[in-house]
Amino acid sequence: MLDDFFTRALIAGIGVALVAGPLGCFIIWRRMAYFGDTLSHAALLGVALSLLLNVNTTLAVGAVSILLAVVLMALRRSDTLSSDALLGLLSHSALALGLVCLAFMTWVRVDLLGLLFGDILAVTPLDIAMIYGGGALVLTVLVVIWRRLFAATVSPDLAAGEGLKPEQTELIFMLLTAIVIAISLKIIGALLITALLIIPAAAARRLSASPEQMAFIAALTGAAAVVGGLYSSLTYDTPSGPSIVVAAMALFVVSLVPGVQIVRRVRSSTKGDRP
Amino acid sequence: MTNSDTRLVQLDRAGVRKGGEWLVRGVDLSVSPGEIVTLIGPNGSGKSTTAKMALGILSPSEGRADRKPGLKVGYVPQKLAIDWTLPLTVTRFMRLTNPLSDAECRAALARTGAERLIHSQMRTLSGGEMQRVMLARAIARNPGLLVLDEPVQGVDYAGEIAIYDLISEIRKTLGCGILMISHDLHVVMAAADQVICLNGHVCCRGTPSDVSRDDRYHALFGNRRNGAIAVYEHYHDHVHLPDGKVRHADGSVCSSCSGEHHHHSHGDAPAEKEDGIRNAG
Repeated sequence: MLDDFFTRALIAGIGVALVAGPLGCFIIWRRMAYFGDTLSHAALLGVALSLLLNVNTTLAVGAVSILLAVVLMALRRSDTLSSDALLGLLSHSALALGLVCLAFMTWVRVDLLGLLFGDILAVTPLDIAMIYGGGALVLTVLVVIWRRLFAATVSPDLAAGEGLKPEQTELIFMLLTAIVIAISLKIIGALLITALLIIPAAAARRLSASPEQMAFIAALTGAAAVVGGLYSSLTYDTPSGPSIVVAAMALFVVSLVPGVQIVRRVRSSTKGDRP
Repeated sequence: MTNSDTRLVQLDRAGVRKGGEWLVRGVDLSVSPGEIVTLIGPNGSGKSTTAKMALGILSPSEGRADRKPGLKVGYVPQKLAIDWTLPLTVTRFMRLTNPLSDAECRAALARTGAERLIHSQMRTLSGGEMQRVMLARAIARNPGLLVLDEPVQGVDYAGEIAIYDLISEIRKTLGCGILMISHDLHVVMAAADQVICLNGHVCCRGTPSDVSRDDRYHALFGNRRNGAIAVYEHYHDHVHLPDGKVRHADGSVCSSCSGEHHHHSHGDAPAEKEDGIRNAG
């Protein structure tokens, strides 16, 4: 079964979506969409380094993303710049650095489009093993820290005041996000990873009554987007990564339709990370 | 007043510095079981910062902040950062930091008068409802120390009195120490054992009656003694004046509240005596 590139693509994509859904819920609850972008842009630097040092791409991307998450955490503590300015700075510096590195390595030919938009049809059985191994690890850790992370999301001060150490939990969460971005780079590409994290979660919002339910529905929505996107990519001969994102967006639009009242944005939503 | 081993939390010349500026410094403070300590002060005077040092959310840049080992804290922060995309019911919020049975949830919400909200979504609550739910969550933990950051913000006038009465009652039934922040000076006066008036440093401190007579307090807030009287007239048949005298609803003033006018047990009024010590009620 794994011989067929399309089946491999489906299995890999569904694996990524199942992990990205729950994690994406936290990203939108915590208003960290831009953080996801930053990590995925930095992933390109990871790719460049992996080629330079001749190591596994996923590992190198993971290492760079984790480093970035730690740097961000440290910079945020030191109050030098506002959080979104820091993210913008790190995001584009890392992306530019990655592209410059790639340009210097004249001896390698890199499929830049493949990196930016993903090449799910080139997924190998090893990639699948990494996605499911890494994914299982991420979901397990997420379940373990769920209560603490959730409390820190609702109120970091409250969590800290009642002894839950939110900073520690937040760092673990950032590392999990870094891992997910590393394993999904090949599936969806650096530019569109954030979409797979946040669109299914946003689509799940209207259909869920509890946070756990929302995480579950987000995972299923993401998986459905992968299946829909891949089949339409096959049918209409469109690029696979963007097709998955378009499918996810279509599901989001559908989630808005059935009889539910128009979303009312409350005051709190004005303070978003994204400009 | 109390020896140091019974103290739940103690700040010792503590201060926090951020970006080269002192938010607050030189704060001495301790809360013992059954004691209500109230922090008052203008905006930006370091009230929340001081509370956060007591909670261990901020570590002091100078001085010390010590909490009793194993102390269980119930905290009502000034506001929550709940995103509109987060589906969160009141029941789920009640269980945010520790597991609770349905009965425990219901009982705690009933105490703060928020039982009917049990299945509501958090983001649909009004300011006052939010305060009641947050207070219910904090007391459901059965804490040794309750820290309340402006517990009556957004609560209407009558509800404000009800919440202060509730806080006094919680102190009695749970026996916990309470550290409270308030800018509602007039009501604070009646509910606290000790008032600490902050303005970047400890401006003055003492029993409610001490503070209300302190010139530095008046310099900071202006004369609010009349405000203090107005509130209690609204609910009780007599008020305890800061100087220890009692004024009845008909306007007569006498030295004690026992008399024919007295229809209301006043165990919670600390300003009853000149020295500010509560009577046992």
